[in-house]
Amino acid sequence: MALNRRDFLKASAAGMGGALAADVHAVQREPKKLSPDAVGMLYDSTLCIGCKACMSACKQANGMPPEVAGQMEPIWDTPLETSGRTLNVIKLYQNGSADQKDRDIDGYAFMKRHCMHCVDPSCVSACPVSAMTKDPSSGIVEHHPDRCIGCRYCVYSCPFGIPKYEYDDPFGQIQKCEFCSHLQAEGKVPACCDVCPTGASLFGRVDDLQREARRRLQMQPGDEVEFPRGKLGGGQPGHLAPAPEYIQAVYGEKELGGTQILYLSAVPFDRLGLPVNVPDVGYPAISEGIQHMLYKWMLIPALLLAGLTYVVQRNIRAAGHDSDTTSDKTSDEEQS
Amino acid sequence: MSGHAPIAGRLLTKPFIVLALLFMLAVAILLARFIFGLGAVTNINDGYPWGIWIVIDVMIGTAIGCAGYAVALLVYLFNRGEYHPLIRSALMAGLFGYTLAGIAVIFDLGRYWQFYTLLLPWYVQLNSVMLEVAWCVMAYVVVLWIEFTPTFLERLGWHNIREKLSKVLFFFIALGILLPTMHQSSLGTMAVVAGHQISPLWQTQMLPALFLISALLMGYAIVPFEAILAALGLHQPLETPLLAKISAVALAVALFFLALRFGDLIWRDALGLALAGDIQALMFWVESALFIVPVLLLATRTMRTNPRLIFLAAISLLLAGSLYRINTYIIGYQPTAGATWSYFPSVTEIMVTVGIFALEVMLYLLFVKYLPVLHGAAAPPRART
Repeated sequence: MALNRRDFLKASAAGMGGALAADVHAVQREPKKLSPDAVGMLYDSTLCIGCKACMSACKQANGMPPEVAGQMEPIWDTPLETSGRTLNVIKLYQNGSADQKDRDIDGYAFMKRHCMHCVDPSCVSACPVSAMTKDPSSGIVEHHPDRCIGCRYCVYSCPFGIPKYEYDDPFGQIQKCEFCSHLQAEGKVPACCDVCPTGASLFGRVDDLQREARRRLQMQPGDEVEFPRGKLGGGQPGHLAPAPEYIQAVYGEKELGGTQILYLSAVPFDRLGLPVNVPDVGYPAISEGIQHMLYKWMLIPALLLAGLTYVVQRNIRAAGHDSDTTSDKTSDEEQS
Repeated sequence: MSGHAPIAGRLLTKPFIVLALLFMLAVAILLARFIFGLGAVTNINDGYPWGIWIVIDVMIGTAIGCAGYAVALLVYLFNRGEYHPLIRSALMAGLFGYTLAGIAVIFDLGRYWQFYTLLLPWYVQLNSVMLEVAWCVMAYVVVLWIEFTPTFLERLGWHNIREKLSKVLFFFIALGILLPTMHQSSLGTMAVVAGHQISPLWQTQMLPALFLISALLMGYAIVPFEAILAALGLHQPLETPLLAKISAVALAVALFFLALRFGDLIWRDALGLALAGDIQALMFWVESALFIVPVLLLATRTMRTNPRLIFLAAISLLLAGSLYRINTYIIGYQPTAGATWSYFPSVTEIMVTVGIFALEVMLYLLFVKYLPVLHGAAAPPRART
């Protein structure tokens, strides 16, 4: 799907909002820490050729049906967005004449969207019944439809707009990328990383991937370098390509408390639809800050209830009537 | 006796039949929702997963239901016995608002048949604001029915049980003050985790305080609103001095809300967005005007004795609190997904909301006609109403 100008403006507006809201939170809980065994992905937009092999592999690995966008002739799988049928989508940013890849003005770039597997996920904090959980070791955010009540608070709260619900199914469920945890359990690599021909989607341990991303930022643009494919440190032969001119930042290292999916790009990240100017802590740290202040050990509510019970009982006694039948001191007042 | 009495009269009047038809239409639409899915009758989507069934039926429905909470606060906490004549009709507004909101949630839940997992200790997620709201609302519905039980017992003439209940009722009254304080504020906290997706015009850590105060405000507005409608439609006596007093309370709460709301906007340096000239800025000003107009209408003591002004101010406050909720959760919300999502409720979606409110009015008519709810009630002068 094309990231058009309107999306871009919206994303910028959202970013501005983030900037305004970012530095003011009166209460906050401790930010969550990345598990030392966390696994993740490095998506390098400059390596992506937009072949969508990852989308096809994702559908196959997760048994998802094809999806046809809008008014198009149903010829092949053409989702525009992640949805109840699509967990992973390649998008296109284009500007002006769009005649050079990885250029902001008059250029274009690819973008891959799916669950970011946040270090401090909003969906996990929001879910009332633990239907979204974060694996304490791998850090993968998984969904459990067997207990989900379908309130869609995860959909509403996700800062990356990832969990989706099946609105056209009377027994619909929430769908999102679970990083092929079923394949990882067999020692395999997530399908999208496994099939990527250029190594644009690279699987690995998060701290290794962070190092790899930093290494790429040090490269001399134009130098022919080898990019690993599949799994970082795995057996696949690498992909040779000239080093691009990266934006000097790794998206996901600190944004919203960090994500296990990292992004490198040659165009600014907001062009790719990622929220920028966001706080360095996840939003759950801010909302749970409020909740923990008010409800820790239920101490304040308990004290409040004790106080209320005392005052209410005293007032009822003092008024000389039982709690409901008042003596109606005012019943004779004028009635219009 | 309590001075509360049923007003009697025929139930099946023309307005009642219209309400019943609206309700039946909603039932038919809901049937389609359960057969074909949420997408078949609503316009909610992956960008805007929450529509009016959540924001109006549940959030605004319970805020209107805060009448019982707001009056109980005056009578039992601040020991203002003079407001006692209002307590039963206020509690009844709460009873309907909350019970129907609790039922309406089921229509919106995508996996309603697993609703019970909210009560299973091995599934509950204690950090979830939604969980706190769900538990508190469920508990408060039970408390409201207990608080309202004396009215049934009086009607049945079971004075013995009524006496016994009266001895423990103070505890439920205390709970009935605590629980709305908790969940009405949490309904605001619930938006905090949405972060940058909600415009800084509404997104703030003050949301719990602002939601709580505006819910109270709506509670104080629904009392005169309902009393004046009952006077007009059901030919009930109007207790103007009492309504003047409660309007003064509403005025004070409205001023407090406005001070907190604008103080917060200025402190966060977010007020500039109100000049952005977009739909969010426009709706911000409409919302703010609806909060400010009642302050002007109720400004002086003389104005507060004018039922017409009291009524207009109450309507404005109810709209203000409602729009504040719609703005926070829908209009101020822009999903980051990067897609061009939009949301406006479908006709069928709106008709379900209308049907639920129709049921609320039907229940009101049923209760005031057959139960001792209204204070100083008088039989209608004419045979039909």
